[in-house]
Amino acid sequence: MISMVLKRIGNAVAVMIAVAFVAFMIFQFLGDPVQLMLNEQASQAERDALRIRLGLDQSFVMQFVTFITRAVQGDFGISYRNQQEVMSLIAERFPATLELVLVSTIVALSVGIPLGVYAAIRKGSPVARLLTIFSMIGVSIPSFVIGILLIVVFAVQLNWLPAFGRGEVVHFGSWSTGLLTPSGRSALIMPALSLAMFQISFIMRLVTAEMLEVLRTDYVKFARARGLPNRLVHFRHALRNCLMPVVTMTGMMIGDLIAFALVTETVFQWPGMGQLFVQAVMFIDMPVMAAYLMIVSAIFVTINTIVDLIYLWVDPRLRQAGVARGYHAH
Amino acid sequence: MKSLTKLLPGLGLAAALILPLAASATAAELRWGASRDIDSLDPYSYGSTFTISTLNHVYEGLVRYDDQLKIEPALATSWEDISPTVRRFHLRKGVKFHDGAPFTADDVLASLTRVSDPKSPLRGNLPAYQGAEKIDDYTVDIKVTENYPLILNDLTNILIFDKEWLVANNATAPTDVGAGIEGYATTHANGTGPFKVVSRKPDAETVFEANKDWWDKPRHNIDRMVFTPISSPATAVAALLSGQIDYMEKAPLQDIPRLKQSPGIQVLSSNELRTVFFLFNRADKLQASDAKNPFNDAKVREALYRAIDIDVLQKKVMRGLSRTTGSMVAPAIPGYVPELDERQAYDPEKAKALLAEAGYADGFGFNFVCDNNVYVNEEEICQAVSSMWARIGLKPNLDTAPTSIQTVKFESGKFDVGILGWANEPMIDSYSILVQVAHSKTGTSGVFNWGGWKDAEVDALIDAAGKELDREKRLALQSKALLKLKQNVDFLPLHQQPMAWALGPKVKSVVQLSDNKSRHWLTVLNK
Repeated sequence: MISMVLKRIGNAVAVMIAVAFVAFMIFQFLGDPVQLMLNEQASQAERDALRIRLGLDQSFVMQFVTFITRAVQGDFGISYRNQQEVMSLIAERFPATLELVLVSTIVALSVGIPLGVYAAIRKGSPVARLLTIFSMIGVSIPSFVIGILLIVVFAVQLNWLPAFGRGEVVHFGSWSTGLLTPSGRSALIMPALSLAMFQISFIMRLVTAEMLEVLRTDYVKFARARGLPNRLVHFRHALRNCLMPVVTMTGMMIGDLIAFALVTETVFQWPGMGQLFVQAVMFIDMPVMAAYLMIVSAIFVTINTIVDLIYLWVDPRLRQAGVARGYHAH
Repeated sequence: MKSLTKLLPGLGLAAALILPLAASATAAELRWGASRDIDSLDPYSYGSTFTISTLNHVYEGLVRYDDQLKIEPALATSWEDISPTVRRFHLRKGVKFHDGAPFTADDVLASLTRVSDPKSPLRGNLPAYQGAEKIDDYTVDIKVTENYPLILNDLTNILIFDKEWLVANNATAPTDVGAGIEGYATTHANGTGPFKVVSRKPDAETVFEANKDWWDKPRHNIDRMVFTPISSPATAVAALLSGQIDYMEKAPLQDIPRLKQSPGIQVLSSNELRTVFFLFNRADKLQASDAKNPFNDAKVREALYRAIDIDVLQKKVMRGLSRTTGSMVAPAIPGYVPELDERQAYDPEKAKALLAEAGYADGFGFNFVCDNNVYVNEEEICQAVSSMWARIGLKPNLDTAPTSIQTVKFESGKFDVGILGWANEPMIDSYSILVQVAHSKTGTSGVFNWGGWKDAEVDALIDAAGKELDREKRLALQSKALLKLKQNVDFLPLHQQPMAWALGPKVKSVVQLSDNKSRHWLTVLNK
C-alpha cells in the first residue's frame, strides 16, 4: 500500500514537471510582456532594461531552471500586472472558484442522477424522450451562451438575480465564502447553473445508458423474480452498480469544471482563478500563468488519486486485489 | 409531470435561494462598471493610461487638464521659467493628504525621485527630467533638458505622493517586478485627490469615498463610488440595463441603439483622440515574398490609400460612429490644421492605374498584420480593407492576433503593412506621435517607427520642434512635419475611433472629453 502511494507521488511530480515544461514552451509563443508593461512614451533603452530585469533575455532553458528552482520553494514570483505575490493572488481567488465548482458539482449530481434513472426506467415514455432531447441541448450549447441567456432572462428581464460578481462574502481567515449571505447566494445561482448545465446532461446520459445495461442483467431479473419492490431494485441493486463510472466522471468533471470555469467566470465577472488566468493571458503575465497551470495540474493529479481511492471503497473486489484499477472513461 | 418535479431537488434548492435583490445603492453612490480593472493602486507601477487616469481620482499632479483639455493649476498654483533648463513651481498651501499630512515641496521631490528611478516603468512619461531642487517649503525648481517645451504636459501625469508616508511604509522606490519585490503602495493609497480609497479587491471591487477635505471646491455630489471591472461587454450592458451599475465607460458599438431605446439610459458618444492608421514597412525586401518592396514607391502607397472606401468602412464597420480623417492627429491635438484632414478620394480605377504605373499591374502579395484586441472593431476593419485591396488586384495576407503577439512582429519588422493607433497620450500634443512614430530610429526617438522609414527633412522639423519654447512656432513646425508625411503618403490614416459612455438613470451629468477618461470629480448624480 505504501509503495503504491509513493509511486503515485513520484508520478505526480513527473506530471507536474512535464506540465511546467509544456507551459513554458507555450509562453514562448505568447508574445512580449514588456510592450504591455510600459506605455507609449518609454524609450527603447528602457524597454531593453526591463526585459533584462525580468530575465527575459535569458535562454529558454535558463528561464525554466530558474522557474522550477523557485517553484519548488513555493515562490512563483510576483505578478507583472498586479505587482502582488502570485501565490497570495491565487490564494485569494481559489475559494471563489472552488465554491462555484463544488456547488455546480452538487447541482449536476443531484439533478443528473435522478433524471438519468428516470429516463432509464421509463424508457420510451414522452417525459423520458423530452429529457433526452433536453440532454442533447444541454451538451451542445456552450456554457457562455447559457450564461448570457440566463443573464438576459433573470437579470435584465426579471431583475431577480445579479448579472455579475459574487455578492457579499464572509471571511474566515484567508478563506471567503458567499454561501452565508443572501446576496452571495443569489450571485452564485446563475454561474453555478450555467456551469452545471453540460454536466447535468452528461451525467444524465451516462446514468441512463448504464442503467439500461444493468436492468438487462440477470441479477436484476432475479431480484424482480424474488418480488422485491421496484424502488429497491432500481435504486439499491441497479443504481449502485452504475455509480462506478459516475464517480470517475465526477472526479474528471471537477477538473473539467475548473477548466470551464474560465469562461463562466468571465461572463459573470466571478472573481475566481479563471478570471485571474484570463487576465494574465491578456497581459502576458507569465508568473501568474505558470503558477495557475501548476496549481490546476496539482488539483487534477490529486483528484485522480482520490478517485482511485473511492474505487477501493465502492468496489470491494478491488480491495482484495490490492491494486486500484483505473476505470477512466475520459 | 408530477413525479418529475419530485425528481428535481436541485431546482427546489435554487428557488429557495432566490431572494429579491436588495435595492442597495444609496442616493449618492456611483457604481462604475469598468471594462477592465486598474492594475494597481500605485500610479507609478505599470505603464497603463487607464490605471493612471482612474487613480487621478485619488492622486493629483502639479498641473491637470481642465474640462477643455487645457492645462490648469492643481497642486502648483503658478510656474515660471528661470532659465532654458529650469522651471520654478509655486505650490498650493493648505493642501492635505488623505491621512492628514500637509503637502509640501519635500513630497514633490520624493515623488519625482520615485518616478524617475531607473526601475520605474513610468520614467518615459518624464523624458526631459534632469533633477529637482527645493527652494523653500512651497517652491520647487525642476531641471529639464535644454529648451524642453512640454514639461507641463508631462507633469499632468506625475502624481504626487506624501514623502513621510512613502518613507514610513518603505515605498520610496518603485516596485520591482524583476526582483519580485512587492510594494505597499500597490495595495494602499494616500493622495490629495477628490476621492479616498476605502477598500480594494483586485478584479472584483474597489470602493472610493469623497474626500471632504479636498482643497478644490467639489463640482461633484458623489459620496461613495464603487468601481467594478466587468470584462465581458454583454454582462456590463446587462448590468446597466438591470440597474446594477450606473455608468460604463466602454459601451459596445453594436449595443448603442438598444441602450438608447432603454428608458432612463443615456448614451454619450463622441470621437477619441486616438487616430487609427496603417503603416508600411520600408525595408528593401517584402516580408511576404522576399521580392523588392513595392511600398517604397509612393504610387503604390497612394494606390492602397485610394482603394479604401472609407464611407463603407465608416457606415458598416464603425456603425457611423467613427470620424473619418485624412490626418494623423485628432482636431483636439495641438499641431492639427484643417488641411491635414482632406483625404485622397476613393477611386479604385485610379488605384489600379497607379499600380500599373508602378509596374504592378498584376498586383502582388504582402503580409498585412493586425491586432484584434486594442482598437475599436479593428479585426473587422482589417478584413474589410483586405477585400477592398483585393478588388484592385492585390493579395493581402491578413494576419490577426492579440497585440502581445503582433507587437513582436512589428518590432522585428516582420510585416509589410500594419495597423497602429495613436492617441498622443499622456502628452496630448502632436509632438508625441512625431517623435515616437514618424522620427527615424535614433537615440530615444522613433521607438514605434516599426517600418524603419527615414526622412531627413521630417526629422529636422521634429528636432527643431523639440527645442522650441515658443508654442506657436513649435506647433507650426509640427504641422509642417505632419503635412510632409501626408504628401508622401508615409501613413494611411483612417479615422478617429469612436467612444461611447452609457449612464444609468441615477447619473445627471458627466464630463466627457476626447481623451476618453472618466473624471468623476465633475460628475453630478440625481438626488
